Amino acid sequence: MHIIEDGNTTAALGVKLCRANVIAAYPITPQTPLTERLSEYVESGKMKAEYIPVESEHSALAVCIAASSAGARVFTATSANGLLYMHEQVQWASGARLPIVMCVVNRAVGAPWNVWNDQQDSISQRDTGWMQIYCADHQQIIDTVIKAYWLAEKASIPIMVCYDGYILSHTTMPFDLPDQEKVDEFLPPFQPDYALNPDEPANLNTVTLPDVRIDTKGQLAHGYMEIRCLLQEELRTTLQLASEAEKRFAGIFGRGGNPYLEPYRCDDADYVAVGLGSITYQLRVCVDALRKEGIKVGVMGVRYYRPFPDAVIADALKGKKGIIVFEKALSYGYEGALTSDLKSALYEHLAGTGALPSVQNFIVGIGGREIHTRDLTENFRAATQGRVSREPSWIGLKL
Amino acid sequence: MNKDFIQIRWHGRGGQGAITAAKIVAGAAFVSGFAGVVTAPTFGTERRGAPVMTSLKISKEKIYDLSPIETPDIVVVLDHLLLNEADVTHGLKKDGIIVLNTPMAHETYDFKNYRLATADITAISVEAGLPHGMVNTGIIGSLEKATRLLGIDILIKGIEEEFRTRKPEKNSLAAKMAYERTETGD
Repeated sequence: MHIIEDGNTTAALGVKLCRANVIAAYPITPQTPLTERLSEYVESGKMKAEYIPVESEHSALAVCIAASSAGARVFTATSANGLLYMHEQVQWASGARLPIVMCVVNRAVGAPWNVWNDQQDSISQRDTGWMQIYCADHQQIIDTVIKAYWLAEKASIPIMVCYDGYILSHTTMPFDLPDQEKVDEFLPPFQPDYALNPDEPANLNTVTLPDVRIDTKGQLAHGYMEIRCLLQEELRTTLQLASEAEKRFAGIFGRGGNPYLEPYRCDDADYVAVGLGSITYQLRVCVDALRKEGIKVGVMGVRYYRPFPDAVIADALKGKKGIIVFEKALSYGYEGALTSDLKSALYEHLAGTGALPSVQNFIVGIGGREIHTRDLTENFRAATQGRVSREPSWIGLKL
Repeated sequence: MNKDFIQIRWHGRGGQGAITAAKIVAGAAFVSGFAGVVTAPTFGTERRGAPVMTSLKISKEKIYDLSPIETPDIVVVLDHLLLNEADVTHGLKKDGIIVLNTPMAHETYDFKNYRLATADITAISVEAGLPHGMVNTGIIGSLEKATRLLGIDILIKGIEEEFRTRKPEKNSLAAKMAYERTETGD
């Protein structure tokens, strides 16, 4: 059934369909309506879950960590400085290998204070050992929330479902609301490998020594480095899991395809724009306009950002003349993080093959600066005509 | 007006319900066969009473560009005093339509190059039994009269669904009355 809702309500409906047991969240713009919807579902009895109001984002994730350790399916959501305030617990959740699903409603970080959209918040959490998936419309938001639980629980790794604040969170559009029965078929109840049990007290994630050692049962136990290496290895294997999730999802719901990338008119393109989230859909309009001028361009949305699908991306972009990365975030002191990741993937897979494209980087929409489609098109066109700048180039800047 | 892709910009005041009104029209358009409907509020630092803006795009195909409308086909103005505070015709296409809630007579205004539709929605809504200042359902009637876009019946149905727990009949009555009393100058 198709319904029309805003992006936050869409995410909340997804969490409800997934039958999360415990929700702990602290409201922050533009995430607030998402937590409001969930608290309404719980209070009215439409959703059977424990909603735990907390005094901060740090506590929100701490509650999720505790509940997940006890075997509950949990959910939280935040934005911007809320996510930054969580940061210590963000690292803890992945180190503890807990399958937590968190929506990040992307917003600029302070200072100066700003409540509008960019993606500096989630990009700054890139290296925390969480999976990160970016959404470009409401169908992707709700479908991704559902897939996220399956992935997180299969891999015992937490996941961020990221969508642009306001541009998606407060915009309404139609989407197909999945049937509860089908969601239940796709996502069976959470069966944790291990869950805290008061009858069998245990210590979790206590001091772990630099080297391996014999544990209390007389067995050789991992040191810190082994545990961390396994996080990296298993995080990388979620690339295969994502494929499996996509196939399962497509089998049940009849939609889906490539879990990593969303290419548009890329096959014969000389130049391909790359980005994360809603801007990749806006860029489709630019692609259509430039194609009418005879410029062969395409756009490729990166959906799966961590782990980074480097081989798939390099394969999709090999032989192109140029890649133009449009980013709403920056690794301050260098360039957009996606640009660096992309260059690294291209170098690794294509260096020396003669099929290595050039890469340019645009910074756009920082702190909610309005992104005019004609500005995007003009800059896109310019980047097909030569190198615009050695440094990242800011679109719509008024300096 | 290209009836395959229609852009409607709403100018209201914080708390007036322009977003809800746009959403009702979006829903009616969707069930009428427009596959792409998007409402996108432009958020500033608004508080109740401050000028606010919402974009409504209606298309036969899925909409990929969620950026605010720059060249509307139609602008809907929920308070005539906004004419002094906001540039409501900014980017409005030639022969574009202005739907204006005003107590003043239609001939008071002279918008060259544009078509104007007026109604005293504030008074009509009170007559329909709504609290003073609630104009977001009435204006939908005026919009339909001025554009003949979707048909009044489907909009009435949408209003009653949206307000099913909050005086649905009074809200739909306001829209019906506004539909009948809107001056288009034709």
